[in-house]
Amino acid sequence: MTGILVIGACSAMATETARLYAQQGASIFLAARNEERLAALTADLQVRGAERVGSAVFEALEYDQHSGLVQTAREFLGDIDVVLVAHGSLGEQTESAASFVLTRQEFEINALSVMSLLSHVVPLLRERSAGSIAVISSVAGDRGRQSNYVYGAAKGALSIYLQGLRNELASVGVSVLTVKPGFVDTPMTAHIAKGSLWASPEDIARGIVRGIERGQDVLYLPWFWRYIMWIIRMIPERLFKRLSL
Amino acid sequence: MRSWGGLPEQPQREVHAYWREDVLPLMAEAGLACGAGRSYGDCGLAANGVLLNTQQLNRFINFDDESGVLHCESGVTLDDILRHLVPRGWILPVLPGTRFVTVGGAIANDVHGKNHHRRGSFGCHVLELEILRSDGELVCCSADSHSDWFQASIAGLGLTGIILSAKLQLMPLSGGRLLAETVRFDRLDEFFALSVESEQNYEYTVAWVDCLAQGTGLGRGHYIRANHTVGVLDYPASTSGLSVPFYPPFSPVNRWTLKLFNTLYYQRQQARLRCSEIPLHSYFFPLDGIANWNRLYGRRGFRQFQCVVPLDTASYSIGDLLACTAAAGEGSLLAVLKTFGAVESPGWLSFPRPGATLALDFPWRGASTQRLLGELEAVVVAAGGALYPAKDAHMSLAGFQQAYPLWEKFQSFRDPALSSLMAQRLMPADNASEVSA
Repeated sequence: MTGILVIGACSAMATETARLYAQQGASIFLAARNEERLAALTADLQVRGAERVGSAVFEALEYDQHSGLVQTAREFLGDIDVVLVAHGSLGEQTESAASFVLTRQEFEINALSVMSLLSHVVPLLRERSAGSIAVISSVAGDRGRQSNYVYGAAKGALSIYLQGLRNELASVGVSVLTVKPGFVDTPMTAHIAKGSLWASPEDIARGIVRGIERGQDVLYLPWFWRYIMWIIRMIPERLFKRLSL
Repeated sequence: MRSWGGLPEQPQREVHAYWREDVLPLMAEAGLACGAGRSYGDCGLAANGVLLNTQQLNRFINFDDESGVLHCESGVTLDDILRHLVPRGWILPVLPGTRFVTVGGAIANDVHGKNHHRRGSFGCHVLELEILRSDGELVCCSADSHSDWFQASIAGLGLTGIILSAKLQLMPLSGGRLLAETVRFDRLDEFFALSVESEQNYEYTVAWVDCLAQGTGLGRGHYIRANHTVGVLDYPASTSGLSVPFYPPFSPVNRWTLKLFNTLYYQRQQARLRCSEIPLHSYFFPLDGIANWNRLYGRRGFRQFQCVVPLDTASYSIGDLLACTAAAGEGSLLAVLKTFGAVESPGWLSFPRPGATLALDFPWRGASTQRLLGELEAVVVAAGGALYPAKDAHMSLAGFQQAYPLWEKFQSFRDPALSSLMAQRLMPADNASEVSA
């Protein structure tokens, strides 16, 4: 029986991932901001076959509550086998860049709050020498672009942090998966017109569950983003700086 | 978003509700709820061109293993319900021809299945509805409480408000497969004899008819009847993976391929009777095996025609309809014939009623298709029958009002913020203003 902790559980990708684990009969602990939505998701996962579902209201920026949240989840689940961190914020680039308050908020939500949470989770997994950490980062963190470099810089910091953590935990048997979704049709991107490169949260969720099962390190979803981002990273800076990306 | 039959030419814009609290603010902008977009004609298209997509309102709320009562949000699909509850020994008592429709859409169109003679329509198994009106009022209704709202909203074509959630009574299931018998018949009256004989002992009955056969072959086809097996409860997760990825530049569906397909399909069974044990989905949802099959008709799309005619004169009227189709040189890939029973739906605008129902689809060729649809409607109206709104885009105002006499009573339950292209066509709020518009 697997114990899953899902943070940012009401995000579309996290919800779909939790549903896949529910169908496998896992025990699930959900953390998210909105109590009513948590209740709706709890009921949904119960009907979908979860063994037990618990939940707690969680604010990413209330750092002093993170330790308590992880403790509560551990008590509820017995052991935490999988942690999925999925909360995030996609601010409007021009506004974020113009205001340091917003830039800091993007960094706090997308990078620092995840690091804070992981600082409480990692000792539990290290102690057992088992478990998986999966964090949703973004392809936006692979290279700074004028269209979203505040968000991208925060996700980039997160990706490098996870890379180091993976290196550290490899020897004790805890896996760290950095998920880099491309364009996903979620409430966070509801305002953007959709083209053929867009994926559904269900597709991403299937990729995440498979990636965790296989102990993968960095997972681009859908798969073709690995190649798109490879090309984007390979463009020489002298040329790149002139592109409108 | 375009309808399953390919209407309208300019796709309609969609806004999405992710949580129930999103719905009310979106109603200021959107003019009709839209689920999976599987309605063929114009009943699922907004009069103001903006649809409120409810597919993300897809959460289960509760399932009681003892009573088989499921409470869920309206965007849950029938596939999702079957996938989770068939292995636990429960099935939806009424299943339409595709499992990819939402609960909200199934209720708003009061869909039916191959067991109408026993279980009635989808609406017969709805216990409770939660409907949000554009003025913010939340109406909870059932057969006992606010029953007029309940009766207006089942088969209410989404016009009474937005269905947020529903309680459904499921049916216990003995096994995950069906024992099916296919009987080949050569004439229409054999179909009616088979129906009388089979409805006693079979949960599900349906027939496929070769709609291009004329003369002595008129009304020949295959009658398929089935019962649930007793045994393992499984529901295969994946589909065939077949898909029509894009619109072919020329539709492969034309007079000659239709003739060929219909003849081969009829001839593939030479024996009079064949028995087989088959999975649920291959009996209930044969077309779901090919994703986006509607694209086979090309960009111009196609039209569905489904009617019900009274049983006592059915052999004449169905014969006339088939003869009309064959004479027009039009054909249908799948012509489906079945009898409806006497189980009455609570819905005022419900389509199923005692009689025989025939469903045909035609590649859209403009004026000639329109003419044929008019001729077919005339046969149905003369017989005192009805056309099915979920599949229609052409029925006449007079035909509608004759077949659905409760439409006037229904009008006062409509939500002023919601209207479909069909409602504009068939249920104008005020005839005078409609003419001037």
